[in-house]
Amino acid sequence: MSVNRRDFIKGAAGGGAALATAAVVSVPSPAQARPNLEMSPNAVGLLYDSTLCVGCKACVAGCKEANGLPADVNTDDALWDTPLDIGPKTYNVIKLYADGTADHKDQEKDGFAFIKKSCMHCVDPSCVSVCPVSAMTKDKQTGIVGYNADICIGCRYCVASCPFGVPQSEFDTPTPKIRKCEMCRHRQAEGKIPACAEVCPTGATIFGPLTAITEEINRRRAMKAGEANVFERRTLGSGDTHERPAAQYVNHVYGETEVGGTQFRHMAGVPFDKLGYPNLREKSFASESEGIQHTLYKGLIAPALVLGGLVWAAKRASHIDDEHPEE
Amino acid sequence: MAGFHNEHEPLGGSILSKTTIICGILAFIAVVLLAKRMVLGLGAVTNLNNGYPWGLWIVYDVVIGTAFACGGYAMAVLTYILNKGEYHPLVRPALLASCFGYTLGGISIVFDLGRWWNAWHILVPGYMQTNSVMFEVALCVMAYILVLWVEFAPTLLTRFKLLHLRKKLDRVLFVFIALGVLLPSMHQSSLGTLLVVMGYQIHELWQTPILPLLFLMSAITMGFSIVVFEALLGAGGFHRSVRHEMPQLGKLAAIIRTMMIVYLVVRFGDLAVRGALGAIFTSGIKSVMFLIEIALFATPVVLFSSPSKRASKKFLWIGACCLLLAGALYRLDAFLVAYQTGAGWSYFPSVQELLVTIGIIAAEILLYIVFVRKFPVFYTHKLTPAELAAAHTK
Repeated sequence: MSVNRRDFIKGAAGGGAALATAAVVSVPSPAQARPNLEMSPNAVGLLYDSTLCVGCKACVAGCKEANGLPADVNTDDALWDTPLDIGPKTYNVIKLYADGTADHKDQEKDGFAFIKKSCMHCVDPSCVSVCPVSAMTKDKQTGIVGYNADICIGCRYCVASCPFGVPQSEFDTPTPKIRKCEMCRHRQAEGKIPACAEVCPTGATIFGPLTAITEEINRRRAMKAGEANVFERRTLGSGDTHERPAAQYVNHVYGETEVGGTQFRHMAGVPFDKLGYPNLREKSFASESEGIQHTLYKGLIAPALVLGGLVWAAKRASHIDDEHPEE
Repeated sequence: MAGFHNEHEPLGGSILSKTTIICGILAFIAVVLLAKRMVLGLGAVTNLNNGYPWGLWIVYDVVIGTAFACGGYAMAVLTYILNKGEYHPLVRPALLASCFGYTLGGISIVFDLGRWWNAWHILVPGYMQTNSVMFEVALCVMAYILVLWVEFAPTLLTRFKLLHLRKKLDRVLFVFIALGVLLPSMHQSSLGTLLVVMGYQIHELWQTPILPLLFLMSAITMGFSIVVFEALLGAGGFHRSVRHEMPQLGKLAAIIRTMMIVYLVVRFGDLAVRGALGAIFTSGIKSVMFLIEIALFATPVVLFSSPSKRASKKFLWIGACCLLLAGALYRLDAFLVAYQTGAGWSYFPSVQELLVTIGIIAAEILLYIVFVRKFPVFYTHKLTPAELAAAHTK
C-alpha cells in the first residue's frame, strides 16, 4: 500500500480525532456528579450531647474494653492510658474546649465544653467510595461503616480521604490494619448497644435508630434553656432517665447536613468550629469524585470508543512498516 | 535499502563504569532498606503517619515517576497515532525508559502497601470496587506495564534472533500500541482524580474537578520533555551525536510550548472560575510553591517560542529540565504541600525513605545503561533523513 500525502494527512487527522475524543471525554462537567447517597430507613446511630457530658471518659474506657484495644501511653512514666486523639489504639476520645476563665459549662466565652470524637458513620462515606477492594463497607440496612482487614490491601486511601481523619493505620508492625470505630457492630450482632452509649452515666451518648434520634434532636431543640427536662440514658426508649435543666444549644446539629449527613449526630452549647469540627458543605466528596469517574468510565463506553479510534490509527501507521519486506 | 527497524543497534561498550557502579551501590542500599520495611513495617523506615498516610514513595515513585515515564506514551501518540514517522528514531529509547519507570513504580507500590499480600484482591471480581479511583489506577498501571513490555518486545526478540516470533508480534503490535495510548491517558488523568475526593483537605490552588485534565496534559508534556532530556543526556553520556535528531527535538519543543500555553490558560481559567485567584498571593508557603511551579511551567513557553533557541542544545536542555521540574513540583504540591490534614500533623521523608527512592532512580539509570549497551535501542542513522522520509511516504 502506498501512502501519499493525502492519506498521510487523513491518517494524522484520524489520530487527532481519536485524541480529541479522549480529551473531550476527559473533561467532566460538574453537572454530571451523582447526588448524595440516601440514608437507609433502618439506619442506626448515636447522638452525643455535649451539654450532658461530664467528661468522665467512661466511653473511652468502655470502647477500649469492648474492642480489645491496648493502652495509648503518652506520659513518661508509661503508667497511664492517655490517648491524645483517636488513633489505631483509640476509637473514641473526649476532648475539652476551654476559653478564658473557663467558669461556665457550655459557654463560648469564659466557658468550657466537652467534645467527643469518633467515626461519624457518614451516609455517603469517602472511605467506602475510595476503597479499591471493598474492604471498607457501608451496611445496607444499619448504615454502619465497617472494615474487613482480611480483604484490605493497606493502601491507606481511606486514611487520606476521610474529611474527619477517622480511619487510621498502624505503622509499627509488618501486618498493619486500619483501625476505626465500627459502632460496636459485634455487640449489636449480640443484641447489645455500642459500649460508649452503654457506659455513659449521663446519657450524653445515646444509641438508637436514626428516626428516633432525629425526633429526640427536635425535642431537645424545642427545650427552653434552664427548664427541667427528662433525658434518657444508653438508648432511646430505655426507660432509664434522669432530670436536669436543659442547656442553651447552638442552632446547629453537627452531622445533619455535613457531607451529605452522618449517622453520628452532635449537639452542643458552643459553636462546632470551636470544638474542632470542620465546616463542611452538604455535597459529599464521594459523589463528586464518583461523578467524574463514572462520567469517564460508565460501562467503559468512552474508553472502548477511544480505543477503537486508536486501534484504527495505529493500524494505519503499522501499514507503513509493512513496506519493508526484509523485516 | 536496509530494513528500517534494523537500523537500531546496541551501543556496545563496557557496562562497568563509575556511573553504573554508583547506581548499583545505591540500588543495593534500597534493597536492604526495603527488606527492613518488610520485616519491621513501614514505620521503621518511613516518616509516614496518619496525618500524611501517603509520602515520598507514593508521590515520587508512583505519581511523579510514572509521569517521567510518559516518554513512551507521548512518542507513541505522535509517531503511531498522529502518524509522524519522522519521530521513529526517538521511540525506542523513550519506550525503554517508560518500561523501567513504570515497572519500578509498580514494584514500589507493593512495598508501600501495608497489607501487600492481599494486593491480588484488586483482580478478584467480588472485591473490585469500581467507584474507587485507586482501583482504576491500579488496574490500568498493571495492564500498562504489561503493554509496555510487549511494545518493547521486538527489541528483545531481535536481539535474541527470535525473528519468527517477532514477525507474529509485528502483526498484532498495533493493538498494543493503541492500548499503550489509552491506558496512560486513563491512569495519568486518574492520578489527578485521586485527590478530588479529599475535598477541602487539598488547598484551593490545587483542588479542582478538572484535576484529571491538568494531570493528563502535564503528563503528556512531561513525556515529550523527558524524550528531549534523555536524547541530550544520552548524547553526553554515550558520546553519541544527536545531530540527526535535533530537528525532531526542536519540533517536540514547539509541541511542548503549545501544550503548556493551553495548560496555563486552563489552569488560570479554572482558578478564575472557582474564584481562587486571590489565593495565589495570600496562602503563605503554598503561594510560594505555586509561584515557583508556574514560573517553571512558563519558562519553556518563553524559551521555546524562539526558533533559534529550539535549535540550541543548551536551551532545549534548560527548557526540558524546567518542564520536568514543573510537572514534578505540581504533583508534589498537589499531593503533599496542598494537603492540609488538620493541626498537629507534619511530614518530611526520612533519610531511609529518601534512600529507597534514590535507589529506585539509580536502578532505573543502571538498567537503562545496560539495555542500551546490550540491546538495539538507539537509532544508528545510517539512513539519510531523505531515505527515512521516503520509507515512510513511499
